[in-house]
Amino acid sequence: MKLPQLSVFLENRPGSLAEPLRLLADARINLVSISLADTEQFGILRLVLKDWQAAKNVLERDGWVVNVSDVVAVDVPDEPGGLVGMLDLLAAEGVNIEYMYAFCLRRNGRAVLIFRFEDPDAAIATLARVKLAVVADNELF
Amino acid sequence: MQHELWNDAAGGFNPVSAPDYLPEAQLREIQLRRLKAVVKRAYDNVPLFRSRLEERDLTPDSIATLADVAKLPFTLKSDLRDTYPFGLFASPMHDVVRLHASSGTTGKPIVVAYTREDLDVWSEVMARTFAAAGLHRGDIVQNAFGYGLFTGGLGAHYGVEALGAAVVPISGGNTDRQIMVLRDFGVTAICATPSYFMHLAEKAMDMGVDLKDLPLRIGVFGAEPWSDALRARMLADTGIQAFDIYGLSEIIGPGVAGECQQHEGLHVFEDHFLPEIIDPVTGEPLPDGEEGELVLTTLSKKAMPMIRYRTRDITTILPERCGCGRTVRRIRRISRRSDDMFIIRGVNVFPSQVEAALFSVEGTLPHYQIILSRDHGLDQMSVEVEVTPDVFSDKVRAMEVVRARLAHAIEHILGIRVGLRLVGPHTIPRSEGKAKRVVDRRND
Repeated sequence: MKLPQLSVFLENRPGSLAEPLRLLADARINLVSISLADTEQFGILRLVLKDWQAAKNVLERDGWVVNVSDVVAVDVPDEPGGLVGMLDLLAAEGVNIEYMYAFCLRRNGRAVLIFRFEDPDAAIATLARVKLAVVADNELF
Repeated sequence: MQHELWNDAAGGFNPVSAPDYLPEAQLREIQLRRLKAVVKRAYDNVPLFRSRLEERDLTPDSIATLADVAKLPFTLKSDLRDTYPFGLFASPMHDVVRLHASSGTTGKPIVVAYTREDLDVWSEVMARTFAAAGLHRGDIVQNAFGYGLFTGGLGAHYGVEALGAAVVPISGGNTDRQIMVLRDFGVTAICATPSYFMHLAEKAMDMGVDLKDLPLRIGVFGAEPWSDALRARMLADTGIQAFDIYGLSEIIGPGVAGECQQHEGLHVFEDHFLPEIIDPVTGEPLPDGEEGELVLTTLSKKAMPMIRYRTRDITTILPERCGCGRTVRRIRRISRRSDDMFIIRGVNVFPSQVEAALFSVEGTLPHYQIILSRDHGLDQMSVEVEVTPDVFSDKVRAMEVVRARLAHAIEHILGIRVGLRLVGPHTIPRSEGKAKRVVDRRND
């Protein structure tokens, strides 16, 4: 199933990463996963968290530009070749990945990865068809 | 001839706009009579003006037709500075009832004076400005122009009262209170600088107040250039009809010209202000329809007549009759000043060109700043643009595309390379008054 992911526009300057995170900390909001994309000029902070709506409100009230997009959590065997085997399957099915990052979670010898697909719904259907496990939100939060 | 703008809300005749509809021959006759009188008044009472006429072997009798105004010398802003504070007054202080001054960003401010009659004229032209924008008795007008030495606040204030509408003299700043008053008083019209109104609209949205749900229907904006694209955005975001007004302290303050419901240029209140367009380089008069610098002569000012004042504003006189029926001529909206222009790598650039480029890229808010710098002796221009929720994406590639489209749009219009930086929301300083669009660090 799809998970909401928050993205936050960051300027490329000292302290810009800590500011939104401190806001969430002060609001007692816990993060499940975090990733940062950066360019020479700016960065995009991506967050997966249970209270995403509350987090969005907190950030926007403080003037941050926040975007919500759908990502998909998939678990793969936590062993050499586990991820490659999955990527091969996706490539063979023609599923386009915009970007991905790892979840800070391991369970039962498996690692959870976060994927931003070009088309999340089509990707979920494909994952089901090739029998790759999509992780539900109640298993993550 | 009957016009809807002559009628107030109760259906009664509102004579305030009557001079806007004078038959042309009668208007020119009034202008010539007043021009002769004001030239004589300046000649008799302002030593600088008298000596300049004498240098040219001119006297007030040299004015026989309206076209003879071109014989007269220009008045420059530097003349006001050089004679600071009261050197161009034509009335003794005994007759002066009001003084205003410009903010004076460079050096000394300029000081302007009004007699009782001058204030009456000012109130009248501002009332005509508001009537042209569709205001009438019963309207509640929130006046967010700054009150004080700046002419905007008090000029608009007395204009609203002269029209018979209700003015809320809130002045500029304290945006939270502005939004509270806007909502609680059932305000129907607001006067502000366009950049301050956009700041207020943004703040209202943050506070959960949707301006479209309020009775607010008209915005009267002046004191800085703004674009038709911003007008469309104001309508879409806040539901208001936005009207451009024009004026300058040296001439009277706001009230020199204003838009009617056609939004096709600003009607100059020609019975009080004589407009000319000149070539800003040679000073030669240009015919109606050609673009150049606006020169204004006050036809009825007593305390401080201005003869052929060079405004530095670039516009065109539109001689065609307006669809609203007014006979007073229009000037095209002023989007640039010969002063605002900066030169970068030999190219003349107006901030309005950058604004037009930013607007041409879908969904971009007008919060931007142009930074000029010098790197190894070479001038660099970069534009900082605030990211908005409309264009923000979680994908780096999509953001790079936005950045590139903005940069290309500007480069396409200016024909020079510019740097473009996306910056966080609310990071470009907001002015409660005028927007600072250009930061020149080339000589830092």
